[in-house]
Amino acid sequence: MKKKVLAILVVFLVASALVFAAGTKEQKGANTIEIFSWWTAGGEADGLEAMFKEFSKKHPQLEIINATVAGGAGTNAKAVLATRMQGGNPPDTFQVHAGHELIDTWVTTGFMEPVTFILKDAGFMDKFPADVIDIISYKGEVYSIPVNIHRSNVMWYSPKLFAKFNLKPPKTMDEFFRVADVFEKNGIPALALGDNESWAATHLLESVILASLGPDRYRDLWNGKVKWNDPKVQEALTNYTKMMKYTNRDHAALANMDAAGYVAEGKAAMNVMGDWAAGYYYSQNFKQGEDWDWAPAPGTGGVFIMLSDSFGLPKNAPNRENVVKWLELCASKEGQDAFNPIKGSIPARTDGDRSKYDRYLNAAMDDFATNAIVASVAHGAAISEPWLTRVNDIMAAFTTDLDVAKATREFQAAADRYAP
Amino acid sequence: MYCSQKDKRLAVIMLIPFLAVLFLFVYGFIFWSVRVSFSAWDSILPDMTWVGLRNYQELMGSLRFKTDILNTIYFTIFFIAICIIGGFILSYLLFVNLKGEGFFRTVYLFPLSLSFVVTGVLWRWIFNPEVGLNALLRTFGFKAEFGWFTSTYSIAGFNVALIALIIGASWQYLGYTMAMFLAGLRGIDDQLIESAQIDGAGEWAIITRIILPIIKPITFSAMIVLGHISLKIFDLAYAMTGKGPRFVTDFPGLFMFETTFRGNHYAEGAAISIVMLLLVAIVIVPYLASSLKED
Repeated sequence: MKKKVLAILVVFLVASALVFAAGTKEQKGANTIEIFSWWTAGGEADGLEAMFKEFSKKHPQLEIINATVAGGAGTNAKAVLATRMQGGNPPDTFQVHAGHELIDTWVTTGFMEPVTFILKDAGFMDKFPADVIDIISYKGEVYSIPVNIHRSNVMWYSPKLFAKFNLKPPKTMDEFFRVADVFEKNGIPALALGDNESWAATHLLESVILASLGPDRYRDLWNGKVKWNDPKVQEALTNYTKMMKYTNRDHAALANMDAAGYVAEGKAAMNVMGDWAAGYYYSQNFKQGEDWDWAPAPGTGGVFIMLSDSFGLPKNAPNRENVVKWLELCASKEGQDAFNPIKGSIPARTDGDRSKYDRYLNAAMDDFATNAIVASVAHGAAISEPWLTRVNDIMAAFTTDLDVAKATREFQAAADRYAP
Repeated sequence: MYCSQKDKRLAVIMLIPFLAVLFLFVYGFIFWSVRVSFSAWDSILPDMTWVGLRNYQELMGSLRFKTDILNTIYFTIFFIAICIIGGFILSYLLFVNLKGEGFFRTVYLFPLSLSFVVTGVLWRWIFNPEVGLNALLRTFGFKAEFGWFTSTYSIAGFNVALIALIIGASWQYLGYTMAMFLAGLRGIDDQLIESAQIDGAGEWAIITRIILPIIKPITFSAMIVLGHISLKIFDLAYAMTGKGPRFVTDFPGLFMFETTFRGNHYAEGAAISIVMLLLVAIVIVPYLASSLKED
């Protein structure tokens, strides 16, 4: 009896050892490329898969190792990445938010190689908007290839509710408050918010700040030139506290997608969220024009707050040549048009194949080509991660206690410490 | 016990790998964290410049950390109190009334087999202010307005949002204390209780004068075990609520994780973990000292 149990146990142990051995087997031949990301599910994983297919078509001899770490917004992936980079074991290339998240975390600390030559050699420098090149550059060198663009300052609204009360989607903050009053009188939350993770509050704030400051001074606020006690910044913070009165009461328990869902379900009138919400609506079979529609966040028409996922070239990447091939694909029209329609974002290049994109994305591409482009704060493009975690902490308190003076002090202290 | 010189040598040799690992990975890294907490390491690149207590001073000035410490203290007190009192009542009921003991013991112990992450997700649904318990109450016509873990009320520094977390954690560990107490109750000599009954002692007197003093060491160990769970709590809050509005459901563990791995504030993260270590040490060290003395 005992022997039997022991035998079974041994079989199990050996089997599990084999399973794990297979999972961690070293696969780092010269013909491989390890691509590290947190795209594990949904449209983004499928989009990545489509890019892999393009890559394999061009370079059939290369084997792709898809190293993904699950977890929203890449929190877990970033921790794993940090350990690997610090331990001198970088992946060949990794997904990173373009802008300060890449530059302040990895470039200024000397972990990355510039990739300007890839864009120059392929003649792609002028295929990307100058504002985008600016956001991904540090001291005149480009450090990552942006594969997609998302827009942050989009207001999603319920056409049914607006029609019911004979209202028009607000174009300015004043109009927003007027419209919001009507909804409030009728017992409908005007603004859906889902800030169970505090970045969603930061996400809303960046649009509110942009509405008061305009693109140039918005940029200056996040590089430390505009102070937080500036009258226009104060106006924005005050607007934010006023907006909180019109939100759904359960906002602190809600995830950002649930809040976007409230709009399509007609439970709330408006929601400010990035344009991945459109992908969510399509996937839930909500009808554009009936259940949901979009406009720039109030007061931010003509400006495009962008965030972008990009891939870079770490120093000491085990297969540098293969990474260069991958980044060439990322920068190419075929690569971007393979990834973005599926992921639900627009290409960072301005010459994407329009026929491949849905109606919302086509409109976003129009705006991207014509608007002033600024970087998103909440998604790591405009400020560094240390600064952003402080901002998110301040927002967690500010959204509840609505104390403008205290928030101003704290925002300024964070800016003094972390502004470049 | 007799053991030869050879046996002793063998024992020492067998122990060396374990001790080496222990000293390197536990004490070595504690020391390393202490050193980091006195440094200026505030990005991906290590910067071991000595800055003295600056990181600790900044923590003491931060609203989030102050809230975290208060939350930890209140959470620990309520969690331990509910588990100890509730666990004792359950075990006593099983002890005096043996009917269906096997069944109830299993029922109470089951939650312990779940991880805090699973429990956290379950209770998050139950206490969601719109769709959970509140929705149930509303279908019965009650006006359920309480925000549970999203509530931002606080009474004397106690954030009422913690109630949801305390219920979740206590539900999981009630069975554990019950099992410990039940084992203790089984160990009490029947003759003691019988002779007390003959002397005319009522049930209450038997509980307070005989049973409780006998199982005091068990109560004490249960408190230690529960105490160090609640002082280090991370997974339950992470899965169930996150830091919450104005940090009403935040704990030092969450703060440490976000500070270190989201914000790359390594020195400050190390300082938070050292404070957590000290908090646990306050509970564990006297326990160890007293049990060493007994030996």
